Order: sequence, then structure tokens, then C-alpha cells
Amino acid sequence: MDIITLARWQFAITTVYHFFFVPITLGLSVLVALMETTYLRTGNEHYKRMTKFWGKLFLINFAMGVVTGIVMEFQFGMNWSEYSRFVGDVFGAPLAIEALLAFFLESTFLGMWIFGWERLSKRAHTATIWLVAIGANISALWILIANSFMQEPVGYALSNGRAEMVDFGALVTNPHVWLQFPHVFASGLTTAAFFMLGISAYHLLRKNQEMELFRTSFKWAAITGLIAAVSVAGIGHIQGQHMIDTQPMKMAAAEALWKSEDPASFSLIAIIDETDRENVFSINIPGILSFMAYNRMDGMVHGINDLQAEYEQTYGPGDYIPPVTISYWAFRIMVGAGFSMIFLAGVGLWQVWRGRHGVPNRFLKILPWAMALPFIANTTGWIFTEVARQPWIVFGLQRTEDAVSPNVSAGTLLFSLISFALIYAVLIAVDVYLLRKYATQPELELLSSE
Amino acid sequence: MDLNTIWFILIGVLFTGFFFLEGFDYGVGILLPFLGKDDRERRLMINSIGPHWDANEVWLITAGGAMFAAFPHWYATLFSGFYLALVLMLLALIARGVAFEFRSKSESAKWRSTWDWIICIGSAIPALLWGVAMANIVRGVPIDANMQYVGTFGDLLNLFALVAGVTSLLLFTLHGANFLAIKIEGPVAARAQTLSTRIWPGVIILSLIVSILGYFETDVVSRLGPAVIILPFSAIAALCSVGLLIRRKRMGWAFAMAGACIVLFTLTMFVGLYPRVMTSSLQPDTWSLTIDNASSSPYTLRVMSIIALIFLPIVLLYQAWSYRVFRRRLTSTSSLEY
Repeated sequence: MDIITLARWQFAITTVYHFFFVPITLGLSVLVALMETTYLRTGNEHYKRMTKFWGKLFLINFAMGVVTGIVMEFQFGMNWSEYSRFVGDVFGAPLAIEALLAFFLESTFLGMWIFGWERLSKRAHTATIWLVAIGANISALWILIANSFMQEPVGYALSNGRAEMVDFGALVTNPHVWLQFPHVFASGLTTAAFFMLGISAYHLLRKNQEMELFRTSFKWAAITGLIAAVSVAGIGHIQGQHMIDTQPMKMAAAEALWKSEDPASFSLIAIIDETDRENVFSINIPGILSFMAYNRMDGMVHGINDLQAEYEQTYGPGDYIPPVTISYWAFRIMVGAGFSMIFLAGVGLWQVWRGRHGVPNRFLKILPWAMALPFIANTTGWIFTEVARQPWIVFGLQRTEDAVSPNVSAGTLLFSLISFALIYAVLIAVDVYLLRKYATQPELELLSSE
Repeated sequence: MDLNTIWFILIGVLFTGFFFLEGFDYGVGILLPFLGKDDRERRLMINSIGPHWDANEVWLITAGGAMFAAFPHWYATLFSGFYLALVLMLLALIARGVAFEFRSKSESAKWRSTWDWIICIGSAIPALLWGVAMANIVRGVPIDANMQYVGTFGDLLNLFALVAGVTSLLLFTLHGANFLAIKIEGPVAARAQTLSTRIWPGVIILSLIVSILGYFETDVVSRLGPAVIILPFSAIAALCSVGLLIRRKRMGWAFAMAGACIVLFTLTMFVGLYPRVMTSSLQPDTWSLTIDNASSSPYTLRVMSIIALIFLPIVLLYQAWSYRVFRRRLTSTSSLEY
């Protein structure tokens, strides 16, 4: 394999893996902070036990997020040194700011939260978990500011053979990030909510001790899950409309729309032939894609072939078509998982509302399996937004193939790729083992009052 | 002073802080299986750095981020050039990081001793590699006219760098032992003290060798004049006081002096490097990366300076506060989280 393919695989594996742990950390930190705040307000030990139980699971995930995050920061320089040279002037800044503003905050106060139950006043202790939650989400904001520059470059000028920052304000107010960040933030809450729903359902089914704890958790999670999942979809809709303007090729790839259409139909299912640039088979619903783009049943949506011709005019000869099959299916799986979560959280909340006798077992049995949904949606969401931007690493400015480190050999890359894959495979097994252990045995010493 | 110099200093400060703080974390990790005789003692050791290790590591993340933002070519050349060394370091940091969190989450003795050894090796690898990396940056590595590292992994394993690696490994171990001696009460502290006095002469000898090798292997003295020799000399002088202070039971001072030695050696390297950021062994005068040819635009440096000026003091304040909150020594009755 060539170095570009290997470097891509390594980036894909390490990023997707890292992103298993990030959204749940973003969401769960906020929910645990709310639990402790409720404890602080009411003085009710019930909420302290809730804080401790979910806090423990939060920490196991957090550790994985931290250590896999270091790889991300090193990797730009290691595997994508030409990229780093080309955009470092713009892209390095949000990364440095992320470390300074967010990572210090998060790590210092998390240490105080874990070890400070007896050393700090209740109020100060609650403040530390809020600072962790704020730190975690600020970190998401800055890394997405960096990513948004790759999707929709702003605030730069090309000089000295590279992209140089000319307007920091524009970088921070990039319209892309102010859609992407809320989308990711709400996804984080959705992920945490489904994590809580699944584990609470498990305990409610078994009528374990601590039923009250899980009944409350279930309610909290159902409310959070519904609001957050609806928000994700709503923001996603606006993102799609923004994409039509700024990255039309990405939208066309999401729909496997080869020819421009007006009104444009939404593809329900398609068998895609990327070499002949057409769909062998597809089922379409007329007008829906136009609606997604413009909130009305007509309106031109540009197809891949027309955009390819247009890009050749702008950027010179070349292949500007992203991997359509991956983009198409990643998008569909993301949306499908998202709507399933809206449905499930809605049913869950309705059951809580209505049920004097508790939530029916039939439904509870589904929820532990539904814990996979947010992870599927988060992963496919990232794959979609990164893959459908190809061949660009920075849209319109640099191609991925020009971004790779020229001095790292394929053999070296293969070694690192295998090493990371192996250690990550072992760690996911350990992580799942520990999460299971702590999620299924709430009566362990961790909840006993200290 | 121009912004390029200020950012060079800032990155130097971040690395200095990182080596001082993470230095004792590495040391505690390295010593874990040797000084902790039973599970309770080992837990005490891990908990002594428990509230801080992650925040200490952020000094490195921030240094890396600052390098990327202020000197993208430095970041690109260093990280792609030292590729395999960094892969090793990352694997070590990954395993060690989760080990702190996972280690005490199962009762099994085998489980715990496995993670203890992961913490030990996962701390020893970076402790060694930092010495190797820093020595090579100062000594010079094969960098071509296009700022690309054109050497191999083997080029990094020269005598000077390897001795520097063993030195940093032992110096961090000493620093960690001193930290344990002031942070824990009971038998672990006593053992840590004994160990400190035992390895201390060895660290002095290694530091001397590394300094002498540095004189011959780098162009620091010929470039910057003999005055720079004051720095490594004061580092070694600080180191010499450590054993004497331990004998007088002044453990706090002993800890501070080994720390001072780490700080002074790091300063030696950064001062020796200036105004270069990476030295080319092929054409030191024309192909080296410097604070000027490797840097970001003046605009980016200005923006970043403002942000650092506002937030760095805040970070220092709350980190100091966290050390204050956990200033008390751990005893056999302390409740442990890890």
C-alpha cells in the first residue's frame, strides 16, 4: 500500500476510535454536573449516589478519551507534515488554544473532582465538575473551529506558499462551526442519554437494589435524549442547507445525485456505480431533496457530474468526486440511527409520563441494545463529513494526497498503523469489560456511603 | 524582544514546566513495582500523583499545540522526523494513562500487577525518550534544504543522545523518589529516601558525562560563547546538593534541588538552541530551522500572544491551587480513589 492510503487508514482508525469516547464525555459531564447540583440543592443522598454511579462510568470513558486524544495532536505533524506546514499558521492556533483553555481546565478540575470529595466543600466540589463539563465542551468547540476551517476555509490569505491567518475573528465566527458545534454538543447529550437509558433499563428489568436511582436516571435520560436527539436532527437540517451553498459536492454525494435536478428527489435506496458515475438502481421520493435544501418542494440541487465539470473549471483538471458509496451510506445510517433515537426517547418519555406501573419490560429490553445507536450515528456522521470532503483535506485549498508527510516510509507507517490498531483493540476490550462490570453491579462499594 | 523570541521562550517554559511536573510522575511510575511492596503501598504511590498526572501531561499537549501554532515547520519537521520514537512514546503514554484509571478497578492480583508493570514501563519509555529527543534536537539531525528530516530512526540513537536518555530516565526517577518521600508517610517514603541517596551519585556522573559529550557533540559553546557553561554547571551543582540534603532530612529541599537540576538542564538545551529550533547536521548554518524561518505569520503570533497573556496566568493560578488542596501527605489511613 502507498503512504497516502496507510496514512488515511491510520487517521481514520485513530479518529473514529477517539470519537467513540468524546461525545459521551461531552454529554455525561454535563449530566453528572446536573446530578451533583441537584444533590447540592436538595441535600438528598439519592442524587449523590446517582452522581457517583454515573461519575464512575464517566471516568472510565474519560481516561480513554484523554489518551487517544494525544495521538490526534501528534498525528498532524507525524503523518500530515505537509498539511501542517501549509495550514499551521491558521490551524495550529485553535489547537493551542484548545489545550490552553480547555485541557488544563478539564484535567485539573477533574483531578480535584475525583480526589476532592472530602477535601472540598460541597459547593466547591460541584463547581469542579461544572468546570470539567465546560472544559470538555470548550475543547469540542476549538477542535471544531479547526475542523471547520478544513470544511469551509475563512479568515486566511494565501501568501508565502501557505495559508496565513488574516482574521482571527472570521475563523472563530465561521458559520460552519456554529452549526457543527451545536450538532456535536447535542449529539454528546444524546449519546450520554442513551448510555443512561440502556443501563437504567438493564437494572429496572432485574429489579435490582437502587431501583429509585435508576428510575430517576431513566427519566432524566428520556427527557435529555428526546430534546437532544430532536436538536441534533433540527440542526442537521440547517447544516444540510448550509452545505448546499458551501460544499454542494458533499450534499450531492450524500444523495448519490449524479445529475442536477429541479425539483430534486430524495434517494431512499440506491445501488451506486462509481466508475460509470450513475446509479444502477434507486428508489426516489420526488421533491424531498429540494425540501431539505430550501424548505420548499422545488429548487435546483446540483448533481455530482455538473459539479465535477464546474470544479475542473475552477481548480483545473482532476477528480473532484468523493467516494460516493461511503458518503451515501454513512449519511443514511447516521440519519436512520438519529431518527430511531428520537423515536425511542419519545416512547421512553411517554411511558414514564403515563406509566403508574413503570415502563413495560418489552420496551426496557430494547434499550440496552439501543446504546449502540448514538455510537453508530456519531461514527457515520464523522465518516460522512470527512470522506465526502475528499479529495480535499482543506476544501478548495489542499488535496489530501499533497498533505501527507513525504519522509515517512510505507513500512514505518504500516508499523505504526498496526501498533495503534492492536493497542486500541486490547483497550476497547478492557474498557467494555470495566464498563460492564461497573454498570451492572451498582451495589459494589462504590455506592456505599463513605 | 520580537514575538518569535517570545514564543520560543514560551515553548521553552512549557517544556520546562512539563519536565519538572511530569518528571516526578514518570519517576513515581517507574518506581511503582519496586518501592511498593504490597497493594496498599502501590495504591498510595499512584494516589500521590492521582490528582495531578493528567494536568501535568497537558503541559506537553500545550507545548505541542504552541509549537504547531507558532512554529509550524518546527512541529512538522520534528514530529514527522522523530516518527518512530513518537509512536513508541504514544503507545507508552496511552497504556500508562488508562492504567492509572483501570488498575484498581478489579480485585484480581494478576490484573493489578499487570497494570503496575504497564505503569512502570509506560513511564520509563517516555522518560528515556525525552532525553534522546532533546539531545538530538540540540546536536543536530539530518535536515535537508526543504526542512525535511531525511535521516532514519537509527540516526537518533547516537552515543550523546543515548547517554542523555539514560540520564533523563535516572534523573526523573530520582525526582520521583524525592516526591514520594515528601508526599507519603511510612515505609514507602523511607524506601524512596534510601533509593534517592543510592542512585544520586550515578545521576551526577551521568550528568557530567552528558555535559562533557555535549561540549564536543554540539556547537553550542562555540556559537554562544563559554558563558553558557554556567547553566549545566549550576544544574550539576543543584544535583550535588540533593544527597547532602537528604542526609540532613531536608526532603523538601532535596526535591526542589533535583527539580532545579531538571529545569536548568532544560534551559541549557533551549538556550543552546536559540535562535535555532532544530539544528541541521547537514548544513547547520543554512538548513537549520530557526525562530524566523520556521515561524507563523506576525499576525498569528500576535493573536496567540494576546490569548496566552490572558489565559496562562489563570491556568497557573488554578493549577497551583490544586496542588494546595492536595498538599497534605498521604498516610496509611488516607482514603484512596485510584
